[in-house]
Amino acid sequence: MVTTDTTRVTNGSNGTAADPGYAERKNRGRLQEIAAGKWFPPVVDHQLEREEPVLTVNNFCLWYGNAQALFDVSMKVPKSKVTALIGPSGCGKSTLLRSVNRLNDLVDSVRISGEMNLYEDSIYAKGVDVIELRKRMGMVAQKPNPFPMSIYENVIYPLRIDGVRDRRILDEVCETSLRGAALWDEAKDRLHQSALGLSGGQQQRLCVARAIASEPEMLLMDEPCSALDPIATGKIEDLIDQLRGEYTILIVTHNMQQAARVSDYTAFMYLGQLVEYGATASLFKKPQLKETEDYISGRFG
Amino acid sequence: MASLGQPMVWLAGGMLALCSVMIIALILLVVVRGMATFWPGAITSYHTVNGQVITGEVTRSSTYEPRPELIDTLPQDAQERARQLLAANDGLAERVLVRTGNYELDNSHFTWVSNYTIERMEKPEWFVVMERLTWGRFYGVPTAFYVDGELVADTPADVWREFERHHGDIRKRWQQRRILESKDIGKINHQQERARLELRGAEIAAQQARIDYGVRSEQFNQAQRTLEQQQQRFAQGEAEFERRYADIREEIVALNQENDRYQIRLMTVNGQEKSMGMAEVVRAYPANQLSLLGRMGVYLDRWQEFLLGDPREANSEGGVFPAIFGTVVMTLIMVVFVVPFGVLAALYLREYAKAGPLVSVIRIAVNNLAGVPSIVYGVFGLGFFCYLVGGSIDQLFFSEKLPNPTFGTGGILWASLTLALLTLPVVIVATEEALAAVPGSMREGSYASGASKWQTIQRIVLPRAMPGIMTGMILAMARGAGEVAPLMLVGAVKLAPELPIDSIAPFVHLERSFMHLGFHIYDLGFQSQNSEAAIPMVFTTTLLLILIITLLNVGAIWLRNRLRRKFVVSAV
Ligand SMILES: Nc1ncnc2c1ncn2[C@@H]1O[C@H](COP(=O)(O)OP(=O)(O)OP(=O)(O)O)[C@@H](O)[C@H]1O
Ligand SMILES: [Mg+2]
Repeated sequence: MVTTDTTRVTNGSNGTAADPGYAERKNRGRLQEIAAGKWFPPVVDHQLEREEPVLTVNNFCLWYGNAQALFDVSMKVPKSKVTALIGPSGCGKSTLLRSVNRLNDLVDSVRISGEMNLYEDSIYAKGVDVIELRKRMGMVAQKPNPFPMSIYENVIYPLRIDGVRDRRILDEVCETSLRGAALWDEAKDRLHQSALGLSGGQQQRLCVARAIASEPEMLLMDEPCSALDPIATGKIEDLIDQLRGEYTILIVTHNMQQAARVSDYTAFMYLGQLVEYGATASLFKKPQLKETEDYISGRFG
Repeated sequence: MASLGQPMVWLAGGMLALCSVMIIALILLVVVRGMATFWPGAITSYHTVNGQVITGEVTRSSTYEPRPELIDTLPQDAQERARQLLAANDGLAERVLVRTGNYELDNSHFTWVSNYTIERMEKPEWFVVMERLTWGRFYGVPTAFYVDGELVADTPADVWREFERHHGDIRKRWQQRRILESKDIGKINHQQERARLELRGAEIAAQQARIDYGVRSEQFNQAQRTLEQQQQRFAQGEAEFERRYADIREEIVALNQENDRYQIRLMTVNGQEKSMGMAEVVRAYPANQLSLLGRMGVYLDRWQEFLLGDPREANSEGGVFPAIFGTVVMTLIMVVFVVPFGVLAALYLREYAKAGPLVSVIRIAVNNLAGVPSIVYGVFGLGFFCYLVGGSIDQLFFSEKLPNPTFGTGGILWASLTLALLTLPVVIVATEEALAAVPGSMREGSYASGASKWQTIQRIVLPRAMPGIMTGMILAMARGAGEVAPLMLVGAVKLAPELPIDSIAPFVHLERSFMHLGFHIYDLGFQSQNSEAAIPMVFTTTLLLILIITLLNVGAIWLRNRLRRKFVVSAV
């Protein structure tokens, strides 16, 4: 267990009574310090030590051009568990998620330091086959992004690009993936119609089906429900619940209730730093940092 | 703000209205005049104060101011009346242009008739309009019909009945003859030419062998033997061709003889008589006896000939089928070249090239290419494609035909390539925009699924960008199909004897020169001898060109909409 000084840091130069925002800032303490550019080691629940990690992040930093977006993030994502990333907008949740399958390579200005490992395999080492790496992970984006082709072709896309031709295998994967994504009943009669004709929620579940089609070792989800109504959201949450145990899931969400409902572990990020990371139950009930409590209870942000 | 904004709205709106009015007026003019060309008018006889009778179809009228000397040439009593008429109209007179035909008799196709010279007008009952293969139209009263030199009818009504009875069969025989002449004899000529070229090839090979290996060498003997065999075969072939040729000639003579049995005799308005063979007559009708339905029949018949027939009378009459065919084939070949080239170039620019000054320069250069005057492309096409590339191809593959060029001169392939070059910037720019418009989230989805760059482009980006690429293609087609200036340098001709696609192997002859509607319009408007008769045809041909380009575009747009429905429509 990483022990940290949990008393609020007061900075002499800022803490004068003449400063009008003093009381408020004093109240937030650590977050204020982070905003001022100070780095704190994250508070990590020792329960995590007992889990087998799928993904290990070590001192990971990331820059967009000259602007740093991630500051020395270190965390372990446990196997067959759902891990939620929470934090205010712009704190780097998507950036971290996209770093895991190296989607950030598509942005020209990105630079990184530190390392990430999927099991034993380094993600950022020289000479890594990025395509092979991405095939080991599935991703669901914030906005549904079905491809301009039939539902069937959308689901088996990862197999198609692998050159799988066998009709039997393709049909089978299509059905199991769609069932896995709770879309089979709605889509089975229109498999060969355009995926763009599906509703938004159906499209998102289609993207989930696509993400699990190649049976990845890890599932990355970036606010999968942000564009959906409560019913569709409920379906996706049920889905995550079903996938739990089978897949390792890393999910970004803005919805505290959702994080509390679906995740086993939760990581709270702020301005590119990992602040607190622990079992969801304890983190939501009794966080170790007051800052986390404030954020969760909505007193902040 | 409002006080400033209001006038700007009016100005902008007014400009738009002005543009629309001009475009609509232009199209209306072309449509109205183009549609009117083939309508068979009535025949009017004008009896003038000079004692002349002018008979024909009125084609147009105008107002002018006659010089006083003109009035002085009239007979005494007519002068007075003419002056009164002019005075009542501020010195202006009306005149009509009458198509009088009968060019071989009185050396003109048209005559102006001024209103002050007209004594009386009438619509003669039995005047017949004859459209002929040569010499233009003939206007006259049918007076006699001969079969085998014997008179079988001598009143207009009887003669006309006889004419109608025989004319169809005669034209059929004439068409049969045409097919024999063009298709069958053409085929023999082609085979003969091929045999000649084989012989010539053997000769060249023998010569080459002598130069390379010497007279005593085995190679030379070999070549010499082949040459002798070729000569023998050629001589045999020649005899065979002669025989087939004679057969066809015989058939033609028989058809001609049968047709020559029938003669019709007509009397012009001036009392001159003229006999003619009926194979010469394309179409004839008694203009003043036609019912509306009859006129409609003539009208549609003329349209049919126009769309499906070959041109005659130096292109000012007959059909434009070869030009339609040439225009469409050339445009399609152009599309086949320009789309892959443009799409690949745009793909590289947008997807692979690293953004930088070089890419920007290239992009600017491509955009500027769109502004280069089209005739420059014509010159480039002539110099590069025809002379350089075509010349080299001739050297390599068609040396036995030299010095006659095969590919080393204008032809439909070079014209298509030149226009492909001309329209390349359009396709590149449109494709680049389409590629840029593919949502990044789709690409990311593909990459996240483990696709490589090319797989992403091929499976996601290109299908999604397809409607935009089609838009580029449509624009390129619209631009290319209407382009004329460069074509004059690289292969469009006034009259092409053969179509670029026909039934003689190898069926597609990309080296052939071709006819093009745009060039046809230019030719009609500026190079025609009988320019008065050509003017209405200019409008009709223009109408047709507009229709064809519209049709090509509608086809492409239809295709694009289908693709768009498939790829772009989304519920979200
Ligand atoms: N492509 C990019 N180029 C430059 N800066 C970027 C880029 N993408 C993100 N950023 C910056 O990196 C920081 C983190 O962004 P990120 O998208 O990871 O935030 P987030 O936590 O996902 O926020 P949200 O909850 O709103 O999605 C932000 O300050 C953002 O402006
Ligand atoms: Mg985000």
